[in-house]
Amino acid sequence: MITLTLNGLAVQVEEGTTLLEAARFYGFPIPTLCYNDGLRPYGACRLCVVEIGEGPRAKLVSSCTYPAEEGLKVRTASERVLKARRMVIELLLASCPQSKVIQDLASAHDVRQQRFKQEYEDCILCGLCVRMCEQQMMAKAIGFRGRGESRSIGTPFDIKSEECRLCGGCIYICPACQLRCTFTEPERAICGGCANISPPCVEKEQFGDMMCYMEPCVACEIEKK
Amino acid sequence: MGREKAEEKRPGAAKASGPAAFGAYRGICASCIHAPKCAYRLKDVGVVIWECDLFESYETPTLQEVVERHGGRRGAVIAMLEEIQAKYGYLPPHALEVVAESTGASLVDVYAVATFYRAFSLKPRGKHLVSVCLGTACHVRGGPSVTKEAARELGVRPGDTTPDREFTLETVNCLGACALGPVVVVDGHYFPHVNPGKVKDIVAETLAGLDKVEVETDRRIFPLEVNCPRCNHSLMDPRFSIDGYPAIRVTVSFGREHGWLRLSSLYGSYNVESEYEVPKDAVVNFFCPHCHAELRGAAACPECGAAMVPMIVRGGGVVQICSRRGCRGHMLDLGGSAVE
Repeated sequence: MITLTLNGLAVQVEEGTTLLEAARFYGFPIPTLCYNDGLRPYGACRLCVVEIGEGPRAKLVSSCTYPAEEGLKVRTASERVLKARRMVIELLLASCPQSKVIQDLASAHDVRQQRFKQEYEDCILCGLCVRMCEQQMMAKAIGFRGRGESRSIGTPFDIKSEECRLCGGCIYICPACQLRCTFTEPERAICGGCANISPPCVEKEQFGDMMCYMEPCVACEIEKK
Repeated sequence: MGREKAEEKRPGAAKASGPAAFGAYRGICASCIHAPKCAYRLKDVGVVIWECDLFESYETPTLQEVVERHGGRRGAVIAMLEEIQAKYGYLPPHALEVVAESTGASLVDVYAVATFYRAFSLKPRGKHLVSVCLGTACHVRGGPSVTKEAARELGVRPGDTTPDREFTLETVNCLGACALGPVVVVDGHYFPHVNPGKVKDIVAETLAGLDKVEVETDRRIFPLEVNCPRCNHSLMDPRFSIDGYPAIRVTVSFGREHGWLRLSSLYGSYNVESEYEVPKDAVVNFFCPHCHAELRGAAACPECGAAMVPMIVRGGGVVQICSRRGCRGHMLDLGGSAVE
């Protein structure tokens, strides 16, 4: 067991626990965006920053990827942390203002302005869908492409992947895109499930393998009519 | 051994000759895997060439060999992609699939690597790579206008390749030659202090000058030093150079003429100078200028059937050239395998 201090409270956690898991276990809320219980931490969104250390050596780290250390002093809601978090949310708002998830975060953290150049991206590159596809669906149909400004998520060559089972997991977990499947451009669609007339569960025997994540389920919508 | 400009420039000269498999092909085509299917039917035309854009030797590893050599290790993905890029000049989609399959990685993983590094290209590149620097120093000194002019001159946008596959235009962020800015680099040649007016010259120079560079670096051309096969005296004439290398001096006689003849010692060059003009297709007798023995081999020229002239290559081996003026038949035997 490792003993560390969370917001002045001495706590014990098992070795290998991340700061985020420890804080949540002991009831200190830390907002996250790119973190999901079923997926490996990625540290992309920086919303979960916490302050560790003391005095001039204190620094901000992403709690979802930082393992607990013996004697570590962690502050999950110091002035500096809250300021950094608000800045992160403001930047997310600048790139993806239409996302309900990000709007809720901004509201919860009292972010009432956005001082940067407004863009309307449909992706914040949090990697949730990529990890969902790889770690939960074992498909690896989508991934990161390019680098820097031109970095994007999608299938190789922007054509429908042979690995893709149309499970819809990527759409289910996405906090930002809503329409990344781009059903209006079928040849570029990652899955096209939302516009697909024959959704995966039509073949009932394979339904279990498909691990359908459609929400709302396209097939059910059709059958209801 | 007379390489002729006209033949050099022939686009996509097909290959002729080849090892026994393609007996009738000569020149570079002898060792080119495309020779039997080559669109330039040089075998039929009877042209021998030594340079060709389409050349691909038996030794060029195939996609499968590249993959097998690395044993499908995940860590070798970049090395494999590099080799494939070197072979094709870009990464064909099919190659990415082969690499992904052999390493057990998903196609999207390989695709991510291929799109991450600037060294890899998923689109075919041109023969010449034009890089315009847009680093800070070059930028403030007019890099953008040079880029614009280059794009206009070549008719493509930065990052694209001209339809004839001659030029690929790209912008780079710093070449480390800020003092020379604005810098344009074409195939490793740095052009300093470029302004839009110079772009046209650079393109023209590239089209003309690159051939020169290719000849200089052509490893099929190399100087030989030869001795007389009878007296073993050197036939080299250090006071007389052809093609920048000491010439080979022999005595020749044909008809009623008898005089010196100097051959280029470059293997692959057919340049000669002689006291008397030797008429084309005349078969001449070669003599050693030291022992005056006739240099006459037992072999007949594979091209025309005339007698071959043997000379000992210093360091081991025999080179034989055809005694007919204008014929390019020659054989080089460096102690073992014969090279046509």
